[in-house]
Amino acid sequence: MSFADATVPRLQIGNWFNDIVTWIQHNLGPLLDVVMNVGTFLNDHISSGLLAVPPVIMAVILGLVGWAASGWKLGIGTVIGMLVIQSVRMWNDAMLSLSLVIICTTVALILAVPVGILAARSTLAANIVRPVLDFMQTLPVFVYLVPVVVIFGIGAVPGMVATIIFGMPPGVRLTQLGIAQVDREMVEAGHAFGAPPRKILTGIELPLAMPTIMAGVNQVIMLVLSMVVVAGMVGAGGLGEDVYTGLTSFQVPLAFEGGLAVVILAMFLDRATAGVGARSAVSRAMKATASN
Amino acid sequence: MPAIKASNIYKIFGRHTKPGVGRLMGGESREDLAKDGLTAAVIDASFEVEEGEMFVVMGLSGSGKSTLIRAVNGLQEPTSGSVEIYGEDITHASSTDVRRLRRERISMVFQHFALFPHRTVLDNVAYGLKIQGVAKDERRSRAMTALEMCGLEGWQAKLPTQLSGGMQQRVGLARALAADTDILLMDEAFSALDPLIRREMQDQLIELQHRLHTTLLFITHDLNEAMRIGDRIAMMRDGRIVQIGTSEEILTNPANDYVARFTEDVDRSRVLTSSSVMEPPVALLGSEQGPRAAHRLMREHQLDSLFVVDRDKHLRGVLYEADVARAVDERRDSIDGILDGQVSCVAAETFVADLFSDSAISKAPLAVVDDERRLLGVIPRVTLLNALIRTNAPETALGATSIEPGLDVAATQEVRS
Repeated sequence: MSFADATVPRLQIGNWFNDIVTWIQHNLGPLLDVVMNVGTFLNDHISSGLLAVPPVIMAVILGLVGWAASGWKLGIGTVIGMLVIQSVRMWNDAMLSLSLVIICTTVALILAVPVGILAARSTLAANIVRPVLDFMQTLPVFVYLVPVVVIFGIGAVPGMVATIIFGMPPGVRLTQLGIAQVDREMVEAGHAFGAPPRKILTGIELPLAMPTIMAGVNQVIMLVLSMVVVAGMVGAGGLGEDVYTGLTSFQVPLAFEGGLAVVILAMFLDRATAGVGARSAVSRAMKATASN
Repeated sequence: MPAIKASNIYKIFGRHTKPGVGRLMGGESREDLAKDGLTAAVIDASFEVEEGEMFVVMGLSGSGKSTLIRAVNGLQEPTSGSVEIYGEDITHASSTDVRRLRRERISMVFQHFALFPHRTVLDNVAYGLKIQGVAKDERRSRAMTALEMCGLEGWQAKLPTQLSGGMQQRVGLARALAADTDILLMDEAFSALDPLIRREMQDQLIELQHRLHTTLLFITHDLNEAMRIGDRIAMMRDGRIVQIGTSEEILTNPANDYVARFTEDVDRSRVLTSSSVMEPPVALLGSEQGPRAAHRLMREHQLDSLFVVDRDKHLRGVLYEADVARAVDERRDSIDGILDGQVSCVAAETFVADLFSDSAISKAPLAVVDDERRLLGVIPRVTLLNALIRTNAPETALGATSIEPGLDVAATQEVRS
């Protein structure tokens, strides 16, 4: 053993983490079963719901969503993009991925927004949340997959769990930022008129933070989509599986078409959520000032 | 019962603030505390505001006035001391009671308006009513009434950002008025507005207050504004209230050099009223007396005009020297023929600024009378000018007059004797 090795003792961090994973496996069984069942249930039903609609009609529906969210350009672009996905026969997997994105984004936001609000309220919470988020964001994505697979096995749910963990941080950060940025005088105005904290949150802070929170939602969706592809490696299905299969079996056409479908989905989701953000009441108010 | 009663308010920022109060009470200064990282924003501030009064807290930035006003509605909890709103202690009340007091008793107008950009003007104005749980139709109609009071009809559907600064603050004022509370707090409410708009808003506020009889607590760093608005003014410096009084008291009798220096820049003619510059008449003639008595009084006091009053001091008119002399020559017994009833009369509350034109054309001094035309005092031209040049220490005023031509000095002294 060299001198350097002797001076700094070996910390068994990896083993400790492994112990934690094992402990979770042995002691949180019922909870894990619930997560597993709910996740599977949601994924099955949403994906089969999306697939129940014929692709061309679904393309038109998504086109209308894009039109409503952003404008006619996005509407037309969406219809064309969806037809491209169908023409390369990626439709089924694209809908599976979309289902995963919908579930993971929803769950990530349900968890992230309250944590963000808490972090904006309390310095203590902010100090705890910050390093945890750093950890979640910078830990290589594959590292998530290993313990999750150990705990849940192969399938859609472990992919979803890893995706949610990876996708949450911008949701938390931008919610915290949005709330912290709300003009102090406006919050004071709420207090001065005797509004209870709940009404100040829902009537003043959240609406005023909405443009920033929507930017967070957009980020969450993008991260979730990228992670859904990675999750294909652990059997989450969808476009990720196509890309992964293409990669491992050197099928360039398959990998590229899968990748192209991911890009089309990503552009649709990005533009649509950005469009919704720009339509929030506060953003409209800002625009009204600019045109004044 | 006063509407607002603040007793010995201390507010210290920093860690471990409680001992700081004791140290300040023990005579340590603000600077002593600052060395230990404590900022004493408000030190031992006590005042009372009566219902319907317009009370102004005036001080420069950092004097603690914003912290003080926030202690009144509980936005800032004082380190020590308490505030009572109509006898109810808001400082030590539960958060539910604090919110109830804010809903029912106190509303506030903010320096930077603090309007909600995502709500229309109408919804902004209706905000306080919404929090009070007023039904939608009623709060809309009450909000419209408040908007009309503030001259904003037709703007209700706009967003606040589409309005100019002055208009936005009208919305802020309407929002506070719509809540229909007893007390209105205004935190530098007009400071962000340009001077012309500010003047207009001050006038409008005074007019609204006279109509609604709201109790007003107004914060400003502008002494002219304080003197225009305030029935009484609390002067703050370095966290302490150094003087509380009417604007005239503060101008004529400043508590210390600091207040005195402040008042130097004030347009005195717009603060001082005739009652504060008038003097008792040197001599008066009873209406039943004759020209000879008048002549004797005028000679004795070297006057060229003399006011005539009846037994109840009702002003009957003025006599001029030439007329009196002629009446004496003609051996008349009555002053009826020579009494001039056209006297320039002014009310006690008229501002000095509004006296000049009358004073310039009147041969006699201005007569200050009450509603029933009883003579309260007189204002000779010289006194009027003196009121303006008189700085805070009386001896400077005399010094200033003594370098003027001899004749004026004589006249001044004569009138004052």
